[in-house]
Amino acid sequence: MIKKHSILPGFGPALGFTIFYLSLVVLIPLSALFLKSATLGWEQFWATVTAPRVLASYKLSFGTALIAALINAVFGLLVAWVLVRYNFIGKRVVDALVDLPFALPTAVAGIALTAIYADNGWIGQYLAAQGIKVAYTPLGIVVALTFIGLPFVVRTVQPVLADLDREVEEAAASLGATRWQTISRVIFPTIMPALLTGFALAFARAVGEYGSVIFIAGNMPMVSEIAPLLIITKLEQFQYAEATAIAVVMLIASFILLLAINLLQWWSRRRLA
Amino acid sequence: MSIAIRNIKKRFGQFNALNDISLDIPTGELVALLGPSGCGKTTLLRIIAGMELPDSGSIAFHGEDTTEKHTRERQVGFVFQHYALFRHMSVFDNVAFGLTVRPRASRPSKEEIRQRVMDLLKLVQLDWLAERYPHELSGGQRQRIALARALAVEPKVLLLDEPFGALDTKVRKELRRWLRRLHDEIHVTSVFVTHDQDEAMEVSDRVVVMNSGKIEQIGSPDEVYHSPATPFVYQFVGNVNLFHGRVHEGWARIGAMDIPAPDLGQATDAPAIAYVRPHDIWITREREGELCVPAVVKDISRIGSLVRVELEDEDHNEIQAELTRSGAQHLQLNAGEKVFVCPRNVKVFLEPGK
Repeated sequence: MIKKHSILPGFGPALGFTIFYLSLVVLIPLSALFLKSATLGWEQFWATVTAPRVLASYKLSFGTALIAALINAVFGLLVAWVLVRYNFIGKRVVDALVDLPFALPTAVAGIALTAIYADNGWIGQYLAAQGIKVAYTPLGIVVALTFIGLPFVVRTVQPVLADLDREVEEAAASLGATRWQTISRVIFPTIMPALLTGFALAFARAVGEYGSVIFIAGNMPMVSEIAPLLIITKLEQFQYAEATAIAVVMLIASFILLLAINLLQWWSRRRLA
Repeated sequence: MSIAIRNIKKRFGQFNALNDISLDIPTGELVALLGPSGCGKTTLLRIIAGMELPDSGSIAFHGEDTTEKHTRERQVGFVFQHYALFRHMSVFDNVAFGLTVRPRASRPSKEEIRQRVMDLLKLVQLDWLAERYPHELSGGQRQRIALARALAVEPKVLLLDEPFGALDTKVRKELRRWLRRLHDEIHVTSVFVTHDQDEAMEVSDRVVVMNSGKIEQIGSPDEVYHSPATPFVYQFVGNVNLFHGRVHEGWARIGAMDIPAPDLGQATDAPAIAYVRPHDIWITREREGELCVPAVVKDISRIGSLVRVELEDEDHNEIQAELTRSGAQHLQLNAGEKVFVCPRNVKVFLEPGK
């Protein structure tokens, strides 16, 4: 092979280190997961991952994560829009608040949300009066996952919105477009790739979330028991192989979903170049 | 569609962007707003487009007051310096945008839109790029697409904000001529903003020279160049030599020269400034008449077809002269040589503020 000259030196060592590092931190632990679950044998593996309680937990984990990510996509976009487009007193404080879910220990978030949304909590008491139970139901899980996922959408959309060219909107208006047409046909397609990235990050984070959810979920089998909790339960019963089997299925499902989102993103970004 | 601009005022905080501007733009004319940056020309254009609201004053299109109308109802085509094309749409979709956003009742059929867009792309000579995306085009091509997009909605008025400002010199000159020809074909009332005096001179029917929120002069390119109304116009439009002196009862005394200044008959012994274009300076070896002063040649440089000569008179004032190449060859000047400088077409103004 001919060594190509490059003005960016160090390609060899940099790539070598990257692969070594990724192997150490990501690939080796993940392959250990597959190896451990393989000790079960196919039949037992299948029986473990298709048990009704496990299937219910998958449905709950992915379903609530999807709903939370969708809520975050809508309201995160709104928050980003307000932070970029308008000037108001306390804007910096609001901007800093967005990062709080990143920094707060998830258990603290879980306990705080439970206290507020429980039937006797600040908000929960009014909702309970309307017959809406939040804490200890799947709805509570969605609340917790929405909380921890918010910064992902805001922080990915914000810079793209800030870069948006004011003149493009003026051009659309001069061509006779209404405000709604300008937003849906000019602004939205431009921020779509960033919004998808934010959505994917919020979703991935929500699928794996444990700390904040277990406090607010109530953890009733078949109703409000998330898959990560089920894995912990298996571990506590020393059923290590079963625990990894559940984890492997989650890993594969997450990977497929993220890949699909990435493809969608690639497709929409290609048109923007 | 004529445009009547009446007593427009606009402030941005402490900054007075437009100071009581009134201007009439007749139907079908191509008018240039010319001035240095910060003179308010872009603000005026944006007020005509409805992208900016004036603090006071009114705008009327063809007698109809549009001051309160939203941009999208004014039917103006706007071309931006940085194109402002929709990146995620093909060239075809960009040009079609103004037609496809119309309400269903007034929207042309798909086939009609297709036909109109292709006609416009032919008009700007880029029909072969219909399926491309903006990022695949050069700057000049993008600006032509932006123009086609603005024309697609059949605007009453075409507004161009420094349309060639982001292009390199060669493309800029081509597009300048092309825009002039295009305007001769379609005759839509057009206003374009520029800080480049050559561009304003070459393209427009009329030039409006602006400075710090005021109009200095309105006139044809010839008028603005050959009989500037104010010292500012003299200095901004083209190169100029400047001499200080005094004016007394219609005669200005500049150095050793007595120059007639019939406009300034009332002035008695007032400080004055005289302006002469470099190409109105004659250089001779023999004194010819009264209006010549001795000077020394300092430097000679060739710029394209012109030869620029820098001289210094006995009072150490710098004088710039421009000769044609053949004129310079005939004279055979050398640096350090003593010659006579004879200004013609001298314009005298009273020194402002004195």
